Amino acid sequence: MKILVCISNVPDTTTKVKFVDDNKRLDITGIQWVINPWDELSLTRALELKDDPSTGIQSVTVAHVGLSASEPTIRKALAIGADDAIRVNADPVDAYYVAVQLAKVIKAEKYDIVLCGIESSDHNGSTVGGMISELLEYPSVSAVSGLKVENGQAVINREIDGGKEVIMVPVPFVVIVQKGIAKEPRIAAMRGIMLARTKPVKVIEPVPVEPLTEVTGFELPQPRAACQFIDAEDPKQLIELLQNEIKVI
Amino acid sequence: MSVLVYTENWDGKFKKLSHELVSYASKVAEMLNTTSIALSIGKVDPEELKKMGSYGADKIINADGEGLGILDNQAYAKTIADIAVKEGATVIVLSNNNTGKALAPRLSVRLIAGIGSGVSKLPLSINPFMVYKRAYSGNAYAHLTIKTNVRILTLAQNSFGIIEKNKGAAIENITVQVDHSLMKTQVKDVQRQTGKILLTDADVVVSGGRGMKSPDNWEPLVELAGLLNAATACSRPVSDEGWRGHEEHTGQTGKIIAPNLYIAVGISGATQHLAGVSSSKYIVAINTDKDAPIFEAAQYGIVGDAQKILPKLVEAVKTSKGL
Repeated sequence: MKILVCISNVPDTTTKVKFVDDNKRLDITGIQWVINPWDELSLTRALELKDDPSTGIQSVTVAHVGLSASEPTIRKALAIGADDAIRVNADPVDAYYVAVQLAKVIKAEKYDIVLCGIESSDHNGSTVGGMISELLEYPSVSAVSGLKVENGQAVINREIDGGKEVIMVPVPFVVIVQKGIAKEPRIAAMRGIMLARTKPVKVIEPVPVEPLTEVTGFELPQPRAACQFIDAEDPKQLIELLQNEIKVI
Repeated sequence: MSVLVYTENWDGKFKKLSHELVSYASKVAEMLNTTSIALSIGKVDPEELKKMGSYGADKIINADGEGLGILDNQAYAKTIADIAVKEGATVIVLSNNNTGKALAPRLSVRLIAGIGSGVSKLPLSINPFMVYKRAYSGNAYAHLTIKTNVRILTLAQNSFGIIEKNKGAAIENITVQVDHSLMKTQVKDVQRQTGKILLTDADVVVSGGRGMKSPDNWEPLVELAGLLNAATACSRPVSDEGWRGHEEHTGQTGKIIAPNLYIAVGISGATQHLAGVSSSKYIVAINTDKDAPIFEAAQYGIVGDAQKILPKLVEAVKTSKGL
């Protein structure tokens, strides 16, 4: 079986987000670009499954929609252990645009299991994975916190309010994953980094498709008022405040 | 034309967030000069359906059929899409919870409808259709224009509020037949905690971080939570260490919550943690370090030792309740 992991290239979480061009785009000066954290966990799980010979997983491919500036992130995915990568050479203008490109790649190469992170830390859309599934008419399971392959069958844990469900679904399918899918992201070892240079990155041109949405600008959150401190010797003032003034308890 | 709002049910019952969704949808319908329809799938208590009518819906539809008792993304997306087309829905509203996140993108492709996910306000404008949504994990907001004729919005939890308005909505029960080829997922087992207040539902959350020093120190925190009818949560290092269960981890890669009150005890306020709680209406922090970043996010704070302060807070709540 072949696994495909969709990855997006995002600013590192600790980036101090700023905008330029009249607040129309992100200021990218000095930004450290990383694999979207959920995608990194997806990739880790995919590699764990491949490492286990009983699963029958033969390869893990990463796919990405982005311009050549994303290549270091793709190489990092290869360094962590992906076998090969596909980059659709296009600006990821909106989720639908990205999903159409990735769906075409998946259909052409016939992957059995597709993993997508539940959202990207920049757009927080939670859309690409589900869109890919519908474009391909594949079943999808979302909020996935566990994925195993036993006796050639996928066994999936889906988080529900206050618990979880154990789900089985035939290949090909898409899982949209969240925390729990892997304990920690796998780190690229020296050998992995060296091997990454020789692993294939196929670059393909996008298919023309109209995006359905457009971001026209950004806003920073209103600066918060300074924290009001309550005397540590008299914490009951806090309770009085929360009960009588704010009325949240 | 209409605004269709999908209201998930839990064992036949709705939650506060369902009523918030209907309130939101009915306001969007007012903006568009049209009607709002609340749609649920699967078996729902007739009393619950009737109660939906108190939040501004003009019509209430319940769709049920074989295989629709449990969420299957493909089957539910088809059901909602078909009804959206039949009712001429130009806006479809869902929650930005896991179910909404699973269904909205499938609907988007079925209906070629752009999505605004995690919106927290009514649309900023109708022509062009522009919404305000969370971006960069809460570090910014984006103005998003949805260019398609049909638009899908997923509403951030606890962001809008409940508006009571009874329009005497009629209830329509329909039977839906979805092709088996669209029901490929099989639920083999369900495990659910009982008794505890769910973190994602709670109005008040009391959360502990590494500053609690040891799992043995949690008792006063749990007691405070109990007195406040609150859920308990924790930061990532605490769940990684096994001091608290993973289901309590709130943060960027854990649960993202938006309670009315989030009390952070012994939590420094790392970016990744704040990404999970920044939508809380009020944040209160207790930390020994007056420069801890959590105090930049909190409206109220106490600089001090959690182990000394928690018991005093417990006493104060008990006194106020006459216990």
